[in-house]
Amino acid sequence: MKDQADGYVTADGRQIGPVVMEMKNITLRFGGVEAIKDISFDVREGEIRAIIGPNGAGKSSMLNVISGFYVPQEGEVWYKGARRAPMKPFQVAQQGIARTFQNIALFEGMTVLDNVMTGRLTHMKTGLFAQSIWKGKAEAEETANRAVAERIIDFLEIQAIRKTPVSRLSYGLKKRVELARALAAEPSILLLDEPMAGMNVEEKEDMSRFILDVNDEFGTTIVLIEHDMGVVMDLSDRVVVMDYGKKIGDGTPHDVRNNQAVIDAYLGVAHDA
Amino acid sequence: MPEQLAFALEVTANGLMAGVLYALVALGFVLIYKASGIFNYAQGVMALFAALTLAGIMDGQVPFSHLINAIFGTDVHYFGWNVPAFLAILLTMVVMIALAYAVQRLVFRHLVGQEPIILFMATIGLAYFLEGVGDLMWGSDIKSMDVGLPQGINGWIDNTTFELFGYGFFIDNLDIVASIIAALLVIGLVIYAQYTKQGRAMRAVADDHQAALSVGVSLNFIWILVWSLAGFVALVAGIMWGTKSGVQFSLSLIALKALPVLMLGGFTSIPGAIVGGLIIGVGEKLFEFLIGAPFLGGATENWFAYMLALIFLVFRPQGLFGEKIIERV
Repeated sequence: MKDQADGYVTADGRQIGPVVMEMKNITLRFGGVEAIKDISFDVREGEIRAIIGPNGAGKSSMLNVISGFYVPQEGEVWYKGARRAPMKPFQVAQQGIARTFQNIALFEGMTVLDNVMTGRLTHMKTGLFAQSIWKGKAEAEETANRAVAERIIDFLEIQAIRKTPVSRLSYGLKKRVELARALAAEPSILLLDEPMAGMNVEEKEDMSRFILDVNDEFGTTIVLIEHDMGVVMDLSDRVVVMDYGKKIGDGTPHDVRNNQAVIDAYLGVAHDA
Repeated sequence: MPEQLAFALEVTANGLMAGVLYALVALGFVLIYKASGIFNYAQGVMALFAALTLAGIMDGQVPFSHLINAIFGTDVHYFGWNVPAFLAILLTMVVMIALAYAVQRLVFRHLVGQEPIILFMATIGLAYFLEGVGDLMWGSDIKSMDVGLPQGINGWIDNTTFELFGYGFFIDNLDIVASIIAALLVIGLVIYAQYTKQGRAMRAVADDHQAALSVGVSLNFIWILVWSLAGFVALVAGIMWGTKSGVQFSLSLIALKALPVLMLGGFTSIPGAIVGGLIIGVGEKLFEFLIGAPFLGGATENWFAYMLALIFLVFRPQGLFGEKIIERV
């Protein structure tokens, strides 16, 4: 792997862009517990970046730092070439970083379409007044947003359940709807918190395919956390490995797989892989 | 047609009109409860406060005049002008939005994530605080309110029913106007919530805070918006009640009738608030007419609504339209 500022082409021909986000020496504490200890890594445009590690390694905390749900005590987040001031989750979302949750956070009372449409909220620009009286640009904007939502619904093959209230869907479908909602924001970075947790094999395969397709079709940069080692190795361009809040490995799946520290912490000792 | 039946019809019609006003207050409760999980005990006082402010502005009263006079030894009470109703309503709305902002900024922003009972206690505090501020700002005397809504018996209904039943119904024009305005308000709110950016964000916040944050919705902004809307609904309710029976401090007690309305309709349902309000309104009037007055010595209107709510609590605790309470094992 050549470290070029403008990006590079991987061995299997994937085009990877320049660095879009960089975490610098992030430390996050809860009281006396250090959930994340001095971790640095970067995310490049167009890549699929995985964060893996055993239970309690601090993976989800890391994702929450990126998406603004947690504010780290130390360290800096650099996004699109500028240092990011500490901000609220909704501001992070407005900056074009969308996410899904490990325990699915959908709007249970709404239909699938309405859920996906909420993903467009950051793109609705018309002011309070114009919206209130439903005039001017508001209508055209609604139509345009609707078109994007429908395209994503088609893309993720959930047309059949467009009008179904989310509360009636299966777990696997809910995960897909949540992905659709995040995608509807047309994010520059998409954060996926264990997108395949709790799924059966078939659902996992579907989800993997969708993640790859999204990355291909929309060129979306994806940061994902995953437990399932096999899936991660197949999907990702580069992998960060965490253990007890520390970074113990960073590189291509091939590098990571042959890293002794990783094997000890994750593959060799903890599991009978 | 026997006179008794015609009488009962008239009572029903009047009950519907009274129910509309209960529903208006209940609507304010539902708006805030849905979006923030706060049961706003102060909703009734907000209606009172809005009505006091409106009446005060229209009369050209100097706010806090007693306080000012006591401190500076002056003797000012009135500016000496009358503000037209339309302008006064706009100004009052500005005050209600400022109140919404202050309440969110000074109180509830610091209580995010607290137990519901703590939020509820905070609203009780808010209710008494607001009542005191209303008193201090505008004085405690009963004010009349006239924003130009038609009042008095509706002649057309009187004549028509007289021709039909041989008995003229007494329906107040104000009640008819109140019903129409309430209906428009509800339709407007539903359209707003359904089709606008802010409405979508509002529904998102009502459904799931975490998810709402992740799609870029500011909870603070939505809560201020919702409190402002509740302030607007309170203003409308305050105008109706104030025009009907004068702006007086008992207004905040009437608002307590919204509690049984909510128990009937469900705390999270806008249609529920409307239907619940109508049922209570008609129910208490009819009960008084059919059973209360002849058999129980009257004055059943005071407790009928609570009795009905109690029965509902036993048999259908989520109300008519509330979200079903399902325990999964």
